[in-house]
Amino acid sequence: MTDVLTQPTPVGARPSRTGRRRTISVLKHAGLIAVALLMLYPLLWMVASSLRPNDDIFTSPGLFIDTFDFDHYPNGWDALAYPFSTYLLNSALVVLGSVIGNLISCSMAAYAFARLRFRGNRLAFVAMLLTIMLPIHVLIIPQYVFYAQLGWINTYLPLIVPKFLATDAFFIFLMVQFIRGIPRELDEAARIDGAGHARIYGQIMLPLMIPALATTAIFTFIWTWNDFFTQLIFVTKPDLQTVPVALRSFIDAQSQSDFGALFAMSVVSLIPVFLVFLFGQRFLLRGIATTGGK
Amino acid sequence: MSAIGELRSMSRSRRGKGGGRGPEDSTPDNKAAAIFLAPWLLGLVGITVGPMVASLYLAFTDYNLLQDPEFTGLDNIRRMLDDERLFNSLQVTFTYVLVSVPLQLAVALGLAMLLDRGVRGLSFYRSVLYLPSLLGASVAIAVLWRLVFGTEGLVNALLDIVGIEGTGWVSDPDTALGTLIILHVWTFGAPMVIFLAGLRQIPRELYEAAATDGASRRRRFVSITLPLLSPIIFFNLVLGLIGSFQSFTQSFIVSNGTGGPNDSTLFFSLYLYQEGFTSFRMGYASALAWLLLIIIGAFTALNFWASKYWVFYHD
Repeated sequence: MTDVLTQPTPVGARPSRTGRRRTISVLKHAGLIAVALLMLYPLLWMVASSLRPNDDIFTSPGLFIDTFDFDHYPNGWDALAYPFSTYLLNSALVVLGSVIGNLISCSMAAYAFARLRFRGNRLAFVAMLLTIMLPIHVLIIPQYVFYAQLGWINTYLPLIVPKFLATDAFFIFLMVQFIRGIPRELDEAARIDGAGHARIYGQIMLPLMIPALATTAIFTFIWTWNDFFTQLIFVTKPDLQTVPVALRSFIDAQSQSDFGALFAMSVVSLIPVFLVFLFGQRFLLRGIATTGGK
Repeated sequence: MSAIGELRSMSRSRRGKGGGRGPEDSTPDNKAAAIFLAPWLLGLVGITVGPMVASLYLAFTDYNLLQDPEFTGLDNIRRMLDDERLFNSLQVTFTYVLVSVPLQLAVALGLAMLLDRGVRGLSFYRSVLYLPSLLGASVAIAVLWRLVFGTEGLVNALLDIVGIEGTGWVSDPDTALGTLIILHVWTFGAPMVIFLAGLRQIPRELYEAAATDGASRRRRFVSITLPLLSPIIFFNLVLGLIGSFQSFTQSFIVSNGTGGPNDSTLFFSLYLYQEGFTSFRMGYASALAWLLLIIIGAFTALNFWASKYWVFYHD
């Protein structure tokens, strides 16, 4: 019986299925579809609202669009001090720097933790694990003071430099997990052939770690793109603002009248994340499933 | 093994899994390790531990960024004890954390179990249910929430169809926090995927054997699924608690930075932001930050302690 339940075989393939079981299956799918719709509904309504006249938005709870209004996108694009493309580019720059930083620094640290024998490795490893759970709020004020003294406020350095210093320890851990799964015989063989650690890391580990690197890149992309707290604090000049901070000022600026434009730019701001989700889903799901394991 | 499982096993055994090529290799790689760990070490000292120590000092000072910090002893702590907004924000945060985290995990586990039993179209459902957890932290979704639950928002328009008159959910102090809890529950996809991976590890034979012995569905859930999944429930719980204690964006956007109406959505992190970056009381904000750290630390420690009684490790 459990065998039937666990195997994802086509429903019709089992002649012995009873009517009751079929009813349960139909009910289950009905329930799942209902939940899925409920989850997606706000998103779909947001997209629909960005395409209808302002007067229709709050009188139309449905998704069907009577009259299309494409003006919200150009209006929203130019509604703030700078065109929205400025904020998109700024965010892209911060994301790019963060992704590169995390890939380099976290993979280096992970190689050391997973493969090297050194004094204090236990202590260092525990420290690394603990920093995963450290709330950013504890650090933000002295960091602000520190960056202010360096003259880094209103630059992207406070957002990017920490990534080059492997402060996103979560990704170190993810990569350590991955490297532990790579057979040691591979590095042993390379060592016997006279390869040093730099070569083992660069020519053996990195190519084998591509799935873990992809997961790291994708998560870094999404988390940095969505990050609001640090971007709000460290970047205040309008021409340097990133998408989340710009969207926030939208609420103050004019949304009171032009909700359609606010919806339109919200949709624009989510498109990159959605695309990454669409194409990188495999790595995302595997990433959280492996680190979440016992 | 998760970060948490790792910490747990390291605290129990003397020999860590942190590194090492095994006892047969006696030449340590100290030099190479120093190079590979240099960026991380610099970050740990300069951007993590250094600021922690600095904020511990600042917690006992009066500091507005313009003048040098002035040491004021226990003034900030005394001030905390009289700070009604602080107590309110703690209450708001605790309510939020203690309601939204268990609720989210229950939904995540329920759907993971529905999906675990070989549903057709599994990957479709999983993707759809997972998507919100990627978007949930964004400003755009918080903006959306504001408008969905506004006086003239989607929810009230839907209620109107069935003839119910809604309220302004985000502008009513009684319901504003509830909308943020719903937002948190909406992002149940990430723990759900972790549960799904965990459910897959449970040997099917156990269920078969139990079914042969006549165990009911409920009984199998309580006696097989829950104990074998408990390490993963624990993992999700610890991460959920730590994460939601730090929630900021949602309440900032929904209340437009105020924590209103009537401070009903004043999350602790938002209060800390207001004190530090709008009132520029950096000393007091540092004290608040340490209070947050102590609270999260105590909660996590309590969790680890309690886990001895309900988390089942079969190693």
